[in-house]
Amino acid sequence: MEGKAVDTSKAYKVALENELLVTSSPHIRSNESVQRIMLDVIIALIPAMIGSVYFFGINALKLILISVASSVFFEALIQKAFKKQVTINDFSAVITGILLAFNLPASAPWWLPIMGSAFAIIVVKQLFGGLGSNFMNPALAGRAFLLTSWPTHMSSFTGTRPDVVATATPLAIMKYGMASDGAASATVEAATSASSSQGAMLPELWDMFIGNIPGAIGETSALLLLIGALYLIIRHVIDWKIPVFYIGTTFVMLILLGVDAELLPYHILGGGLILGAFFMATDYASSPVTPLGRIIFGVGAGILTALIRVKGGYPEGVSYSILLMNVATPLIEKYTKPRVFGGAK
Amino acid sequence: MKLENLTFKGGVGVPHHKELTEGLPIEKAKDPEIVYIPLHQHTGAPCEPIVKVGEVVKVGQMIGQSSAFVSAPVHSSVSGVVKSITEMPTPTAQKVKCVVIESDGKDELHESVKPKGDLESLTQKEILEIIKEAGITGMGGAGFPTHVKLSPPPEKKIDAILINGAECEPYLTADHRVMVEYPEKIVFGLKAIMKAVGVDKGFIGIENNKPDAVQAIREAAKNEPNIQVVTLKVKYPQGDEKRLINAILGREVPSGGLPMDVGAVVCNVSSTKAIADAILEGKPLYERVVTITGHGIKEPKNLLAKIGTPFKDLIEQCGGFTGTPGKIIAGGPMMGISQYSIDVPIIKGSNGILVLTEKEARPEKVSPCIKCGKCVEVCPVRLEPLYLGGYAMKKNFDKAEEYHALDCVECGSCSYICPAKRPLAESIRLAKREIIARRKSKR
Repeated sequence: MEGKAVDTSKAYKVALENELLVTSSPHIRSNESVQRIMLDVIIALIPAMIGSVYFFGINALKLILISVASSVFFEALIQKAFKKQVTINDFSAVITGILLAFNLPASAPWWLPIMGSAFAIIVVKQLFGGLGSNFMNPALAGRAFLLTSWPTHMSSFTGTRPDVVATATPLAIMKYGMASDGAASATVEAATSASSSQGAMLPELWDMFIGNIPGAIGETSALLLLIGALYLIIRHVIDWKIPVFYIGTTFVMLILLGVDAELLPYHILGGGLILGAFFMATDYASSPVTPLGRIIFGVGAGILTALIRVKGGYPEGVSYSILLMNVATPLIEKYTKPRVFGGAK
Repeated sequence: MKLENLTFKGGVGVPHHKELTEGLPIEKAKDPEIVYIPLHQHTGAPCEPIVKVGEVVKVGQMIGQSSAFVSAPVHSSVSGVVKSITEMPTPTAQKVKCVVIESDGKDELHESVKPKGDLESLTQKEILEIIKEAGITGMGGAGFPTHVKLSPPPEKKIDAILINGAECEPYLTADHRVMVEYPEKIVFGLKAIMKAVGVDKGFIGIENNKPDAVQAIREAAKNEPNIQVVTLKVKYPQGDEKRLINAILGREVPSGGLPMDVGAVVCNVSSTKAIADAILEGKPLYERVVTITGHGIKEPKNLLAKIGTPFKDLIEQCGGFTGTPGKIIAGGPMMGISQYSIDVPIIKGSNGILVLTEKEARPEKVSPCIKCGKCVEVCPVRLEPLYLGGYAMKKNFDKAEEYHALDCVECGSCSYICPAKRPLAESIRLAKREIIARRKSKR
């Protein structure tokens, strides 16, 4: 018995010469993976995706599918062209596709998401080094590109099913349509140029909450977006700091800017704030990694959003606020390095 | 003061896999036929051999010592004949001069091994001398000589002794079993340390996943008003001494400093038991409990093994490998050192031999950093491993130094959590070596 044991060890010894792996510690890895994180984000977007089709009809589904397909296609194409490894199986292009589509009005033509995803994936993401190196949120940059290039297509919002007529979003009504009182009075002149929003009524708050209001297809349902956001926080995919400080600051700033208390819920639920705060401002590559940096990022985006909405020329300010904070991220990180354990205070 | 579930900021939950051996009593390993005892098993000056080839030695006889203060003597773990004194590989991945002794199988004790009197009558100086003569070192980490740790310069006022029973490394249960089976020795050892340093406050910190150890030690310490048993949250690296001090005392050891800078001395439980053995039985540190474990081992065990026993002897006693092993690690999976041979000997700091299967050891594919920030969240030192690792890999060591590379404790939490499987801790370790080497060459 004993002799046998020694024999096996000798046999192992021969085998071990070339078999044993020698590396620096640690020797184990967690189950976390890039693919799993991206998959979680997609899962979190599913409720809002279903909602968008329910509220805006089959055109919403068409836009989402075209946007996802073209994002993935452009990612593969550019990586092939640059002779790089094709990484479409990390699912990050799928997320960009969904988020870009979420920012479109239901009446957008089929080619609009293709143009947007080409810009988002090729210019903003891959030319700057691909996943993890994009300096802006690709989907938001794609939206900004579309808004500048085809403003009419990007801002003719339709109401929810079944009345597919052009209407104004709650934010547009507040900005242009209810010019008689409060903070919006500064832009009375703008109201005349607004399409057909004169005299429009603000929707019921419950409709605002569940998403039965005009707007971009993926941004209207606070309820469905929050379900997804909760999932991401529980799964530790996103940090609560950016969205909470973002939305909180927007709220406070709107009060400071003199917006009527009654209108505050419309501001929070109305535009792309919930979608932007939880799903776009939390983009890893374009937001800070430092804990304090994340708070500053959220606060900064909140101040900008309220300023643009109340004092600026646009009814909505979420995209530009996040994009501006994206480019400020390296600077924020530089000045918010955590104090090292045992280091000087 | 509430002493339950204490912890520090940061850290990571790691599957602990302790179920393989935590319930198994310590078994005495088979006496080795031949031992290879390294003359340098500790931080500090190596020992010079004080025996000659052909000399007959007994168990507990000193065979190597150094005149330097920061050093610890080594003792024979068997009785027999010195065959040779030669350079050999050891588990620390260095070649060290070893005394090779062939056992005569009689296991005769050396005459110096006898009780040293009771604690009441021993002076501070005598206790420190006993600890030094017994060759006791840190048995959980770097192997720092214990008598040096217990002799802080007079300007450092020490007010608390912490016994580290966290054992946060996955798989390892050697300290756990020592706490369950020898609780009164640990309490005795702590009292000896408190007397040696002149401190009347002692803590024993144990992670919550070892309730039997907590209970045993609480029972053993119930009549000791100056000793508190503290439970710690199960989180890696809870057993890092600076994290332990932070959790129990709420103090931060300054960057580049030592526990004594905040008035604390930390000692591992196995070392504490060794101190009790040295006083009560006069027994030097020539054997220790080693956890032989992992899914690559047929019958994982906690073995009381003699220093100098080759890894392969202990692996054989645990039924050998389950298949072709992938990795053999001296220590735990987070900070242990992977071995290229199983002919290396057990040393004072060997708390475990972990064998990972081929599948477990297979390296995962590395992809670019996605800047998720998880490494920043888990870093117990609050570094930014993603940037540090990035600079290290680009060989930009100046920038790595600016990002506090030297504060890294190499716990490996960042590499563990990284979803892109980037070798963060590994590259920061490289940067540290480079920065230190440069500083030395500048001098």
